[in-house]
Amino acid sequence: MQSEEPIIQLVGLGKEFFTSNGPIKALDDINLSIERGEIFGIIGLSGAGKSTLVRCINYLEVPTSGDVLFENQSLAAMSSRKQRLARQSMGMIFQQFNLLAQRNVLQNVCFPLEIANVPKKEAVKRAMELLELVGLKERAKAYPSQLSGGQKQRVAIARALATNPKILLCDEATSALDPNTTKSILGLLKEINKNMGVTVVVITHEMSVIEAICDRVAIIDQSHIAEVGCVADIFSEPKSKIGRQLILGDAAEQAMRFGGNRRIRISFDGRSSFEPVLSNMILACKVPVNIMHAETRDIGGTAMGQMVIQLPEEEIDQNRVLNYLKTAKINFEEVKDYDL
Amino acid sequence: MTFDAATIAMLKLGVWETLFMTFTSSFFAYLIGIPLGIILIVMDKDGIYPVPWLQRILGLIINLLRSVPFIILLIMVMPITKIIAGTTLGAKAVIPPLVIASAPYVARVVESSFKEVDAGVIEAAKSMGASAMQIILKVLLPEAKPSLLVGAALSVTTILAYSAMSGFVGGGGLGDIAIKYGYYRYQTVMMFITVAILVIIVQVIQEAGMKLSRMSDKRIK
Repeated sequence: MQSEEPIIQLVGLGKEFFTSNGPIKALDDINLSIERGEIFGIIGLSGAGKSTLVRCINYLEVPTSGDVLFENQSLAAMSSRKQRLARQSMGMIFQQFNLLAQRNVLQNVCFPLEIANVPKKEAVKRAMELLELVGLKERAKAYPSQLSGGQKQRVAIARALATNPKILLCDEATSALDPNTTKSILGLLKEINKNMGVTVVVITHEMSVIEAICDRVAIIDQSHIAEVGCVADIFSEPKSKIGRQLILGDAAEQAMRFGGNRRIRISFDGRSSFEPVLSNMILACKVPVNIMHAETRDIGGTAMGQMVIQLPEEEIDQNRVLNYLKTAKINFEEVKDYDL
Repeated sequence: MTFDAATIAMLKLGVWETLFMTFTSSFFAYLIGIPLGIILIVMDKDGIYPVPWLQRILGLIINLLRSVPFIILLIMVMPITKIIAGTTLGAKAVIPPLVIASAPYVARVVESSFKEVDAGVIEAAKSMGASAMQIILKVLLPEAKPSLLVGAALSVTTILAYSAMSGFVGGGGLGDIAIKYGYYRYQTVMMFITVAILVIIVQVIQEAGMKLSRMSDKRIK
């Protein structure tokens, strides 16, 4: 997969909005490559520019600088007719589902096929196949108002896949859903990625969504990409401040409320979580430590954990602990500069 | 006054003329108003095919036409009426000014119905590669249908009210009877009767519009 050219390349992408209060830079010099067949996450806090970014990928928003390459073809250089054809190879789903309220489920799934001028009979056949895939074949004649949120998103996914797109863009697709429904929708997306080979781009503000399905992730902060990498790598060693914030989440804030001594964050991958790291450390250093936060998460099928501990008061003791962790090759870092 | 056969025949003719004026004018007003409403929404600066300068000029013309009192417009457009209808008297002569007066109104009503269509749904259609024309025909019109029907009931009843003013130029219809008999000849009973008939017609049109809208709306479970 590495040898192939990326399906999407963003080159020096920028987007400025001109408002009555002067120009606002939503995106600045974004460079990203999305590989064919991967699930790529884009995470950021609200207002970071992630929704604008995903709309630039299919040119719903026209960037003010830079270019988008879709299978090495420049979208900027395309005529608007060509751009519309390219969009038929890029499905998109939304937070609010955006189904046509006056059309039933089947007609909604047929809609992109109508736009692509597919004969009706063929369109209905394809739509029924997709409804079967998303498990809503029996609801074909129902209207969106009669469906639950999760069902609506399943219809939207079927609709987005109707024209056999190579890439599926998901804009906060699970943000309006409850945790259980979120899980099942994420499972469906993963299945589609695996079985149909569709590249999936996931936009979210929730780290748990990234951890559940993404191979790689880009963290976007204040119109810039803060860091890009494998989800597991970023989890164990976040390089940017925003990355640390997103990974620690609410726990960081809780841990910060206890003032006092130096705190460190230790992260474990599947290998080290088998060993009783902390007990070993306490026994070896003969100092007590205070555990402020601990959790394990499932990242791409591997159990990964993180823990925030408070170091002992004496500096000698502190150094002993830090040295122990260093020699035991445990990932750790100080949490003093989080300033949340 | 007495209720002889002649009076009843006159009222019957009045009803017929009123309905004829109202529905013919409504038909032409919508024929012009729907495309105008579409242009207003589509060519808006945030629309799916932005041509803001044209949209603004059109909006200005529509507002200008809407600010002219109908009774003045009725007289102002008489030369045009003469060309189109061949006469400046009777029910037929009221149709051209009614259409000119109500088409801009209809355009605004239609525009507001289109505005209710969820922007997200339009965005979804765009993400599928739909052209502006496909969005108008397959998204805007069908999604706005229930609201357009409510708007139609509003427009038709407004046009009916306008048509009642045509009595002023001998336009015929119930309004004409109300002015000639009820007002000029002090036949209060006649005035009440014509007004009562108008009330009933308005009620029927309004209710029919609302019911059609409800029946067509798939958002209602």
